[in-house]
Amino acid sequence: MVEATAVLNTVADKDGVLTIRIKGRLDSTSTGDIWQGAIEALERASSKKVVVDTSEIDYCDGAGISLLVEIQRRQKKRGSELEISGLHDEYRKLLDSFDPLEFEEYHPEKSRKTSLTEEVGRATFSVWDNIRSQIAFLGELVAALFLAARNPKVVRWKDAFLIAETAGVNAFPIVALISFLIGLIMAFQAAIPMSQFGAEIFVADLIALSTLRELGPLMTAIVMAGRTSSAFAAELGTMKVNEEMDALTTMGLDPVRFLVVTRVIATLFMMPLLTIFSNLLGIMGGSVVLLSMGYPLSAYVDRIILSADYVDLLGGLLKSLAFGLIVAGIGCSHGLRTRTGASAVGDSTTKAVVSGIIMIIVTDGIFSVVYFYIGI
Amino acid sequence: MNTEQETIIRVENLTVAYDETVIIDNISFEVHRGEVFIILGGSGCGKSTLLKQMIGLYAPAAGRILIDGDDIVSAEGSDRLRILRKIGVMYQSGALFGSMTLFENVRLPLEEFTNLNSSAMDLIVLMKLKQVGLKGFENHMPSELSGGMQKRAAIARAMVLDPRILFLDEPSAGLDPITSAELDQLIISLARNLRITFVIVTHELPSIYSIADRVIMLDKRVKKIVADGRPQDLRDKSDNQWVRQFFKREVALNGS
Ligand SMILES: Nc1ncnc2c1ncn2[C@@H]1O[C@H](COP(=O)(O)OP(=O)(O)OP(=O)(O)O)[C@@H](O)[C@H]1O
Ligand SMILES: [Mg+2]
Repeated sequence: MVEATAVLNTVADKDGVLTIRIKGRLDSTSTGDIWQGAIEALERASSKKVVVDTSEIDYCDGAGISLLVEIQRRQKKRGSELEISGLHDEYRKLLDSFDPLEFEEYHPEKSRKTSLTEEVGRATFSVWDNIRSQIAFLGELVAALFLAARNPKVVRWKDAFLIAETAGVNAFPIVALISFLIGLIMAFQAAIPMSQFGAEIFVADLIALSTLRELGPLMTAIVMAGRTSSAFAAELGTMKVNEEMDALTTMGLDPVRFLVVTRVIATLFMMPLLTIFSNLLGIMGGSVVLLSMGYPLSAYVDRIILSADYVDLLGGLLKSLAFGLIVAGIGCSHGLRTRTGASAVGDSTTKAVVSGIIMIIVTDGIFSVVYFYIGI
Repeated sequence: MNTEQETIIRVENLTVAYDETVIIDNISFEVHRGEVFIILGGSGCGKSTLLKQMIGLYAPAAGRILIDGDDIVSAEGSDRLRILRKIGVMYQSGALFGSMTLFENVRLPLEEFTNLNSSAMDLIVLMKLKQVGLKGFENHMPSELSGGMQKRAAIARAMVLDPRILFLDEPSAGLDPITSAELDQLIISLARNLRITFVIVTHELPSIYSIADRVIMLDKRVKKIVADGRPQDLRDKSDNQWVRQFFKREVALNGS
């Protein structure tokens, strides 16, 4: 294959005419080599008339035509004469189909500068807007859930079971691993200072209370926010982008009832189970530390039964229900609010996880205060 | 047309299957340089599949595809890149990059594969957009364009590097008759003036009559090419009844 090259010659003529000779092959690979040279030759030209001799061009495609258009454009703007000589008929036809003056330089849309006040205003408004749509969504969701409770037949139970499996059952390993390790690490960290007072056995109290009341529900919820909330947002977001959501709506099927209710029910059902499991694994993690310090397992279990009671467990499980609502609700609501475009789904997923985790922590705080006042 | 017919794409004994389902069964044909080559057939008969095979996206179940004499399926690394530079593709769905504006979408291949300076690239992009009638929409995101506009943008992107072969999957679906005719003009002009080869999947009969040099028809029932020739000839002279019906838009009587 012949190496494709383009060659540029400029011949300054005496009679006030600049001749630019272009030879060879002008395609998208080779045109770049002579583009700059050609433009510079034009800029430098003092002559009134410029002749571009193209008779020795072997092949010219769209890129080559663009170069000729650019030359025409510059000459027209300067008001000087230009002659393109020797151009093949076929190329001439293509060239003539463009009006060079139509192509002013391209300016990408500048992002408008905004003042600080405007920024703050916009940010505030978007936070407010976000809260408002979350509340509206919550209302819709509660209404749909009530409807489902009054008439369980409207719920698509088969979907709910499938979701319970992917979102719940399949999350057991990761919940187990994290809870076990957190229990172990916490017990280990606590055992060091406690052993200075010879009070290692009270590590069991610490593990039992903190796991049942806080860490079990909280860790499970955070894992679920990362794992399930994001999945819900991505699923619903993709459906939105593909106009599947519109299809549902025009079929008279409410997306909230059809897609969200099943997800919320499945998550609400799985959350307490996962939490119980997480509690168990957390306590087992703690036991490893005490066993390695020479305490018998029965002593550890005795301390746990002494220090924690059902109220601690149930308090934690109640929280986990609230967390489940947050995980599924926020994931779905961000999925439903996905805009169009490929990056939109990613946006929704990110927002779902971030706001999910924030909401979980805030809710946890509220529960702590309430539990304190009612003396649990 | 041209007397010397130089083969640019050669499909040899191609069989295509998704898993066990055979879609296309042992077909062979050639496409000549500068030809507007149309692939026709009923919906779901495997036109898009054939197109994707011809650009080497998937390995065929059997057979070879030669682009300019090179086997596109087995080529790797820089060889493959060299072959791919010769082709431009517009997918049935457009496949614009959703996170870039229209202008950036079309400019991307230029940035990646040429040494043109920035303003030269800008000009080329604007000229291509002008050719497909989308000048003025440079700063739109693909999601802000209509379906037909996305298609035309995808054509602009496919031809921005001036490939020698353009593969278009249903370019005029979703276009109004006038825009569609303008697109036909563009195709004819590029084929005649720059000798660009077009391989086009389309159902638009009027457009086929005005642009096609050659048509092949796939039939879902036999999974083979059932007709090959100029559209007028197929309509009037084909010995296959289904083919004649297709061109005359008649309802198939013998059930399809
Ligand atoms: N990814 C895939 N996996 C399995 N089968 C597929 C796949 N893509 C397409 N098919 C099957 O291959 C056949 C041909 O599909 P193809 O998209 O090529 O049709 P087409 O001729 O382009 O139709 P249309 O005119 O509707 O675009 C269809 O029967 C389809 O079911
Ligand atoms: Mg198709």
